[in-house]
Amino acid sequence: MLELERINTFYGRAHILHDLSLSVSDGEVVALLGRNGAGKSTTLKSIMRLVGAQSGRITYGGQDITALPAHRIAKLGMGYVPEERRIFTDLTILENLEVGRQPPRQGAPDWTPEKLFELFPNLEERRNNLGGAMSGGEQQMLTIARTLMGNPKFLLLDEPSEGLAPVIVEQVAFTIRELKKLGLTILLSEQNLHFAKLVADRAYIIERGAVQYDGTIEELERDEAVRNAYLSV
Amino acid sequence: MDFFIVQILTGLSNAAALFLVASGLSIIFGVTRVVNFSHGSFYMLGAFIAYSLMTVLPGFIGFWASILLAGVAVGVIGLIVELGVLRPIYKSPELFQLVATFGVILVIQDLALLIWGPDDLIGQRAPGFEGVVKIGDQLLPSYDLVLIFLSFLVLGGLWFLFNKTRVGILVRAATQDREMVGALGVNQSWLFSGVFFLGSALAGIGGAAQLPKGGADLLMDFNILAPVFVVVVIGGMGSIPGAFVAALLISELNVFGVQFLPQSTLVLMFVVMAVVLIFRPWGLFGRPEIVGSHGSQGPPEAPLRAFSGRLWLALAAAVIALTAVPFFGGTFLQVLLADVIIACLFATSLHFILGLGGLVSFGHAATFGGGAYAAALLVQFSGASMELAMLFAPFAAGLLALVIGWFCVRLSGVYFAMLTLAFAQVVWSVAFQWGEVTGGDDGILGIWPSAWASGTTAYYYLVLTVGLSGIATLLFMAYTPFGYALRGGRDSALRSEAIGINVRLVQWSAFIFAGFMSGLAGALFVFAKGSIFPTELEIARSFDALIIVFLGGVQSLFGPLAGGVVFTLLQDWLSRFEYWRLFLGLMIIGIVILLPNGLVGVGQWLRGRFGGPSNKLEEAQEEAG
Ligand SMILES: Nc1ncnc2c1ncn2[C@@H]1O[C@H](COP(=O)(O)OP(=O)(O)OP(=O)(O)O)[C@@H](O)[C@H]1O
Ligand SMILES: [Mg+2]
Repeated sequence: MLELERINTFYGRAHILHDLSLSVSDGEVVALLGRNGAGKSTTLKSIMRLVGAQSGRITYGGQDITALPAHRIAKLGMGYVPEERRIFTDLTILENLEVGRQPPRQGAPDWTPEKLFELFPNLEERRNNLGGAMSGGEQQMLTIARTLMGNPKFLLLDEPSEGLAPVIVEQVAFTIRELKKLGLTILLSEQNLHFAKLVADRAYIIERGAVQYDGTIEELERDEAVRNAYLSV
Repeated sequence: MDFFIVQILTGLSNAAALFLVASGLSIIFGVTRVVNFSHGSFYMLGAFIAYSLMTVLPGFIGFWASILLAGVAVGVIGLIVELGVLRPIYKSPELFQLVATFGVILVIQDLALLIWGPDDLIGQRAPGFEGVVKIGDQLLPSYDLVLIFLSFLVLGGLWFLFNKTRVGILVRAATQDREMVGALGVNQSWLFSGVFFLGSALAGIGGAAQLPKGGADLLMDFNILAPVFVVVVIGGMGSIPGAFVAALLISELNVFGVQFLPQSTLVLMFVVMAVVLIFRPWGLFGRPEIVGSHGSQGPPEAPLRAFSGRLWLALAAAVIALTAVPFFGGTFLQVLLADVIIACLFATSLHFILGLGGLVSFGHAATFGGGAYAAALLVQFSGASMELAMLFAPFAAGLLALVIGWFCVRLSGVYFAMLTLAFAQVVWSVAFQWGEVTGGDDGILGIWPSAWASGTTAYYYLVLTVGLSGIATLLFMAYTPFGYALRGGRDSALRSEAIGINVRLVQWSAFIFAGFMSGLAGALFVFAKGSIFPTELEIARSFDALIIVFLGGVQSLFGPLAGGVVFTLLQDWLSRFEYWRLFLGLMIIGIVILLPNGLVGVGQWLRGRFGGPSNKLEEAQEEAG
């Protein structure tokens, strides 16, 4: 469903991604693992064209999206949840959701604030509070909910478990599995192998902007050498 | 008591236009991060267009329809400016956008002159509101009540728009993080165009609505600009309630100021602004800008190159040629070249803070005119000699820069630009209003050089010597540790602080030094012309320096020289045409869009194209950018 073919991405003069290729099939949950600064976020941003890939090709659902602006990619049903969350702190929770709202999309669940409050009960009672007045866990819920308001078919989740208390991490993992059941395809970045095991079918390991390993989660579990080489414990 | 009520109401009604214009500017800035310097021109157009519409649409309905239609028309004009001028340069550094909108000011000024002629137009009275209302024993024009109602109506309307409609919520979100809004599937282009339409329409309505009170004239654009900047700086950029409160504050202050301190109305608002800024640098309702948070910093600049042997030769040849001019050139050429050198010194001093320091000053005329006035006043009141006055002027200008800089270097980017412009307007208003000392509009006349320097050729040599020394000093300073510290502060304030450089102090010192040199240029100027008028302190003069720096290329040390030559000659030639502003404006816009590296950039491009090994690194960088 999503295909990256030998993409190269720069920040200014710094060459970050080197001929990076990966693919995600319909209905899969794929984890992008790697240490700090490996290039996970840059990969997701390149897909969303928040930073443009200099060369290579990105196709989504058979369509070349390499050069499309971010809003067009979003309109194709690609949802992006940034690592920094980027909540609109001056807007209420309901207003944050409104910003994400897009018309219903065929082949994707049709979200409303009410349905999202079922998935994220903590948000409901605070619906009229400002986004800036929420805890880290609540902000993580909100940023996912906000993206879901666009009724995506495909979700890019950048380190959804980062900096969260264990209970909340469990809750996020549960949510991701629910979304998978609803038919969403998901590509998420993670440093935490434990979390990836909870949700993902397959994993790529990235190091210095290139794919170093590609396999199912079970294979990765068994391969201690790879784990030690590329993932911090 | 009644007196006070009427005064307060008058202030409220005066606040209406100011609030409309300032809120429009704020809305546009919030989303696009562009400070639209041509916003005052939209206000002016609103008045002119409404005037014309009212002549064809009679009666009560016609009056209000005209105001509304003028708003729509100006909104459309704003949209055209957004699409045609700004859209191609959203990714360029802030300076480019500011200069481009200045080009728009020039174009609109001449178009308005072309269409409506040079005479002030007196606005039609509002049908049904021609009279006055009695409050106790005091009278108040009833139209003032209409304006008060209008500003509350607009305030309420904007509140509704921003809180109760999807578009408004998107605008608020985009004000905070427009990239994220895009990633959520919203086409930012629509938002940008939308806010430009809305903001311009508000300015247009503001201009149209004050027509019965103030009429329409060709000075409205610059006249409103400084108060509007003061309002957004006090209220906080991007805040509608801030614009409202600040517009009120300024207007009330003016109304009461006229009663109690009639000579200082113009200065008063700047005093309030200064006080607010000391305690709240981001305005009453504003919030600190995160430096570089909107990606308009531009690509990193190449390091300064040491002067090559060829360059030294070229410079020596230029100096020899200039020295030889009186032997073959006539009076006209010498006067023109003296103007060129003065312009070059003025622009080089701006480039020192702008190019090296990244401080985009929009009020550099303050020190130029300040120096000129200082010299003229010294001669006028103490009969001092030219030599003494020329020595005194740079110090006076430096002192002025010291005061202005103290406030301004606390801010950065567009805030810095607006604040410097506002302070320059203070200086202008002092020169303009303090008639007994400065002669007001009539200026100071009869400031001639000492006998030994009074011939055209003698004065030319004086300008050549002093001007070139000033320019050389400025260039030399770029290569001193001070110059490096200044550049360091521009490129990375954090890193500079980390290695122990007090960035603000360096910037402040640079601002003072640049003011000093600009004052020297002013002194050369006043003795060349024999007179000085407040026009030398006007916004337009500050822009001359900016355009020269810009024309030459911001990133080049020699840019201001190339720009100074071209600009002065061009102006000399263009000013023979009636509509030279139109040409100049269009040219500026064209340069911003097509030649972002200025004349020196064109030279480098030609060199890269037709000789010398091409620079692979720069190419890679261009691709990446
Ligand atoms: N805006 C930027 N400008 C310049 N360099 C950047 C920028 N963002 C990231 N980098 C660099 O790019 C490299 C990859 O960063 P990226 O954010 O993709 O890593 P990551 O795998 O997401 O790391 P983390 O787990 O810390 O989020 C790093 O070396 C980082 O320093
Ligand atoms: Mg990351």
